[in-house]
Amino acid sequence: MNLDFNEQQKILSDSAQEFLSKECPKELMRQRRDSSTEFNRELWKKMADLGWMGVAIDEDYGGSGGNFSDLAVLLEAMGEACLPAPFFSTAVIAATALQFSNTESTKTDLLPKIADGSLIFSYALIEPGNSYSIDNIKALAKKEGQGFSVSGTKLFVEYAQAADYFLTTAKLENNELVVLVIKADSAGIKIDPFGTLDFAGQCEVRMQNIKVPESSVLAIGDEAVAMLQQIELVSAAGKCVEILGCIQAVLDMSVTYVAGREQFGQIIGSFQSVQHHCANMAVEVDSTRYITRQAVWRIAQGLPANKEVAMAKSYASSAAVRVGKLGHQTHGAISFCDELDMHLYLRRAHAASIAFGDTEYYLEKVAVEIGL
Amino acid sequence: MDIKFSKEEQEFHDEIDEFLQRELPEGWADKPVTWPHDYASSGYQEQGDSDLAEAFLEKVIEKGWVKAFWDIGAERQAYSNMQQAIFDERMSYYRAPTMNSVTTGIVAPMLLRVGTKEQKEKWLPIIASGEATFWLGYSEPNAGSDLGSVRTSAVEDGDDYILNGQKCWSSGAHLTDYSWMIVRTDQEARKHQGLSFFIVDNKTPGIKMDPVINILGDHSFNNVFLDDVRISKDNLIGGKNRGFYNLMTALDYERICLVGIGGFKRMFEEIRDYVKATSHDGRPLSEKPSIRNKMARIATRIEVNYMLFWRTAEMLDRGEDPNVESSILKLTATELARDMAEIAMEILGPYGQITGNSERAPIRGLVSRGFLESISATIGAGTSEVMRNIIAQRGLGLPR
Repeated sequence: MNLDFNEQQKILSDSAQEFLSKECPKELMRQRRDSSTEFNRELWKKMADLGWMGVAIDEDYGGSGGNFSDLAVLLEAMGEACLPAPFFSTAVIAATALQFSNTESTKTDLLPKIADGSLIFSYALIEPGNSYSIDNIKALAKKEGQGFSVSGTKLFVEYAQAADYFLTTAKLENNELVVLVIKADSAGIKIDPFGTLDFAGQCEVRMQNIKVPESSVLAIGDEAVAMLQQIELVSAAGKCVEILGCIQAVLDMSVTYVAGREQFGQIIGSFQSVQHHCANMAVEVDSTRYITRQAVWRIAQGLPANKEVAMAKSYASSAAVRVGKLGHQTHGAISFCDELDMHLYLRRAHAASIAFGDTEYYLEKVAVEIGL
Repeated sequence: MDIKFSKEEQEFHDEIDEFLQRELPEGWADKPVTWPHDYASSGYQEQGDSDLAEAFLEKVIEKGWVKAFWDIGAERQAYSNMQQAIFDERMSYYRAPTMNSVTTGIVAPMLLRVGTKEQKEKWLPIIASGEATFWLGYSEPNAGSDLGSVRTSAVEDGDDYILNGQKCWSSGAHLTDYSWMIVRTDQEARKHQGLSFFIVDNKTPGIKMDPVINILGDHSFNNVFLDDVRISKDNLIGGKNRGFYNLMTALDYERICLVGIGGFKRMFEEIRDYVKATSHDGRPLSEKPSIRNKMARIATRIEVNYMLFWRTAEMLDRGEDPNVESSILKLTATELARDMAEIAMEILGPYGQITGNSERAPIRGLVSRGFLESISATIGAGTSEVMRNIIAQRGLGLPR
């Protein structure tokens, strides 16, 4: 058994942290808040030049052929940096879906462009009235000539205004599920942003009779269900890793602060109540780290991971809330101000804890997995 | 990263598993009435079970697994710490009778680490054969969490030391043969710098033990009084006045070896099976969302503790001291032991409170017992608060 990064992953982790600490200051997240349509494309280009977009894409499709564990190393650093960019929907979700698909022409067309950083993807899954499950999808893909006509409304579509493509789901007329890619500039798409906690530019995307060719279908029926389950697994585990990066940063910030701040003529970090807040954060970070690594490793190895992912996501999602609260408490009033970065982590970690299934959603999955 | 057993580890795991299934008496795991991570239990429910336990232990000794973890001649461990962890996990999962874990999990590795060649040759073989068992002589009336305040004194007299003082909360002192005892050998030194470890034979003249009855009504603790107890210098272990330093390591071992991680899984499975088989007010417990939620949380926390458990073993195998990490494990596992009992009480409703052997008691009355028994978990071997101090001060570098 070996719970740690291998040598290559250690190097990747160090270089990712170093790169992001230089190139991804928290000001980017504030800029993102103030201009909801764009993100920093210069940074995107640099990340692409480092090969990050294609870390988990096969070499045949322009990637470097790593596995999900390698990708997770980057996601942890991105969580720590609160990276405001559509990396997750592009390099994690779209790359997973396309590699899972048998639609060769579309894979050959799109994967290399994801790997080289020239395409941005958004993931459009949730519909009004639904939460995370794929059981009640109402968007419709009607057969029309050689292709389909797609109509429906999707919510919580991150970075929709920056996207080149949407990865989305719909039902065929025979009620089979379908996963497809849709060009963002297709006629009949309307995008309305709404503000959310972490400034990820989540939008409502309405599709009305969008014409798509047959080749945009990545999977149908059972294959589509399997693809969406795989996306959910990978995304949930990926969000655990992001949360881990975030809460590690909250812990680090808190320890640094309480070790320097004086009140009552003493360093506040010498007070037992403050020390115990910090210790509790450290325990949460460690617990999240290892339960997450197990889930990530199993996905990377292609082993069954439903139970491990459900446990990891239910744990990480609740740890995000607990650590966030303690991080604010240790900092006092300044933590309530925009100038301190603490709230950025709270926002990011909380959004990640909601994304792809929150604590309650995964606890029910755990209950099923343990035989209840 | 490789989050599964290696081939060798898996084979070791399977070998132990088969051994336990073969050698433990039928239905054994449903007999002991102990809660995971307890410090309070000693007895078995039925007469004759302790004989069965002894017979089983003979087989463990025969197998060589009591001394599996050190190789006396070579003065090194014969098996990895991961293998030891695997052994502990399987044993605790089957609720197998164990050798006194203070002896095999703390005293033996401490001797191996800081004992002289002669001391190792003298003590390790009789530990391995089960002839020498130990209790921990740490706490005193005025030295509980603050073990640097130990006052029991040892004064040199020729080839001996003369010990005077009192030890308390001495679990199992009346059931074992020797004490692994920390005493003050230098009255002038600053408090942490004047302590040393001794092995003290219970039979030495001048030792008197009084029973202390615990919350469950069991005799588990003792007050031990030392009145001019003469101990040979050969029994001083780990260097004079090096006691506090050695204590830190001994406490690391203790926090790992007492976890009994498999016991959590086994206890959880019993509660789960009960929940599946039982209805309250005409509705299966397993269908109540709040119960499903609680059970899922517990299952997840058990899994977290498994990961933290393997981590400490892994660190030991790398030659690192998992000082902070064993404190994290101890904290999370013992808090889980208490929470699991509280949650089980909530799930069982009015039936949870039934004690003992009543037919109406769910799971042999274990839950009401665990509710009380688990109180010891977050106190013994360093309270949760002391664990948090260690994590904050030694782990995060915050000022003392």
